[in-house]
Amino acid sequence: MPHFSHSVQSGFRNWLPASTVNECLVWVICALGLNIVVGYAGLLDLGFVAFWAIGGYSAGWFMSNFFYQINLRFGSVAPKSLPGIHLSIWLVLLLAGLICAFFGIIIGAPTLRLKSDYLALVTLGFGEIIPQVFTNGENIGGVNISNGTKGISPVDNIGLLHKTLGPFDLNYKYGLYVFIAALMVYVSLRLRGGRLGRSWLAIREDELAASMMGVPLMKTKLSAYAVGAFSGGLGGVAFATHINGIFPDRFNFSISIILLAMVVLGGMGNVWGVIIGAIVIAWVNASGLPAAGSLVNSTFHTNINFPSYNYLLFGGTLILMMLFKREGFLPESRLKQFLHETDDEDTNLELH
Amino acid sequence: MVLEATDISVIFGGLTAIDQVSFAIPEKSIVSLIGPNGAGKTTFFNVLTGLYKPTTGSVAFEGKDITGGQPHKIASGGMARTFQNIRLFGLMTAEENVMVAMHSHLKSGIISTIIGTPKQRKEEIEARDRAREILDFVGIGKSAGEFARNLSYGDQRRLEVARALALKPRLLLLDEPTAGMNPQESKVFVDFVHELRETQEVSILLIEHDMSVVMKVSERITVLDRGSKIAEGSPEEIKNDPKVIEAYLGSSTGNH
Repeated sequence: MPHFSHSVQSGFRNWLPASTVNECLVWVICALGLNIVVGYAGLLDLGFVAFWAIGGYSAGWFMSNFFYQINLRFGSVAPKSLPGIHLSIWLVLLLAGLICAFFGIIIGAPTLRLKSDYLALVTLGFGEIIPQVFTNGENIGGVNISNGTKGISPVDNIGLLHKTLGPFDLNYKYGLYVFIAALMVYVSLRLRGGRLGRSWLAIREDELAASMMGVPLMKTKLSAYAVGAFSGGLGGVAFATHINGIFPDRFNFSISIILLAMVVLGGMGNVWGVIIGAIVIAWVNASGLPAAGSLVNSTFHTNINFPSYNYLLFGGTLILMMLFKREGFLPESRLKQFLHETDDEDTNLELH
Repeated sequence: MVLEATDISVIFGGLTAIDQVSFAIPEKSIVSLIGPNGAGKTTFFNVLTGLYKPTTGSVAFEGKDITGGQPHKIASGGMARTFQNIRLFGLMTAEENVMVAMHSHLKSGIISTIIGTPKQRKEEIEARDRAREILDFVGIGKSAGEFARNLSYGDQRRLEVARALALKPRLLLLDEPTAGMNPQESKVFVDFVHELRETQEVSILLIEHDMSVVMKVSERITVLDRGSKIAEGSPEEIKNDPKVIEAYLGSSTGNH
């Protein structure tokens, strides 16, 4: 019996460590935000990493000793002797969300007039620019906004329910991330069922008809962008607390693509599908591949670097999904219907 | 007058699509715009609804100048339209389609929707009830939960009208509403247009190809040909206007 429990424990340590669970949840939070932009409003966004980065740096600014010249604290558990801005985690989450929403509007206002592919390209550029700004942000007009390539580390411990969560209190952080993810699910479902969500879907379905029915296109698209960016900010803060710091090299283009893959594979527009997509992909990336690799290597005495094949795996999966299951694992029922009807039409055409 | 368009011209590059057309719609009237293919009818519609900005001329809706205004503002101001080639929100239910058009009448924002304030919940329930009423009125109440793309062709046409009515319009523009309908369906539609005007207190502008529908339904008819207005009057006058006959059938005094 002790032997059994020991092997179960080591199995979990390899295949599903607590840090991987938390990382999956961080991805879920961001993917739910992107789902509002891509899944609901139908605006293809290839630069979502920008909001993730801005959110992360917000955590760096407002809950570390980065701005050591300033001494401002509110509801934080950071030691009193530490200079810098130290705010309560809830306030940081709110601020990060608002800053991201603000940037979402700044970026969206001039670009959302563009149609699908062009919008995708501009967002792609945005997703490249923001991380570059942070990477080279040591001296912007004499102000250091990001510590450059060194990043900002560590961030404050989190004060949560009279507890102080350090870098290794994974269980309690898990609770925090679940709470944020659940909040995002609730927000998505509420908005989807209301006035704004209907107009988002209408824009996705037929932009011109929507405007002819009194839906202001710019304002409605911007709101989708802002809400999506807000949750990207939440995800950024969660990420910063998860890895206990913010490092600019973590915010690269592949994050935007992986997020998009999560939304598409899981089932665009369906929050449950997106959650499954995010968990599966994040898990494969963080634990699944390394654990499978060490299992295979130790069994067959080979020396294959499994994690380095992750993009081959993702690319292959995406292609297979597009060929056989375009609507994703758990699609919104309406999308599934649409895709399968066009399938039928295609086959009909071939028959004639 | 609900609507007054004065000296409208639309020029695309070197092509004059509409040439100095003036046009007025009296309160609670049913007016038709007819003409051969390519006469500029739909272009004229698009000018009225703000989709195109006229090269010259102005449009006044209920006394207010709306020339080149944003389409969504004109729509929520009380001018609703349907489309020649049906443009419903295919993957939304019939009810949702109608509710989208209520966007400008509803007030709840992001925060109140997320929290679900009593006011927001009440507003949603009222909107749903009204959507059901409108769907019942156009005769597709039973299909409220169906996706728009799954409705039959005739029902899709009805849903387009229902969606437009949800804007509480004072002017309803119908772009070839009987296209693709059989004579029986067209007849039902003529009655429906009369009923609309009586019960919804709305003026109706119709673009139509089916002459039997036009003659039965309209009080005044305007004829466009190659971008210019060639005739205007009651159905009787139009029927006997030599210029109209010429535009449709070719010249009767031609060289044989």
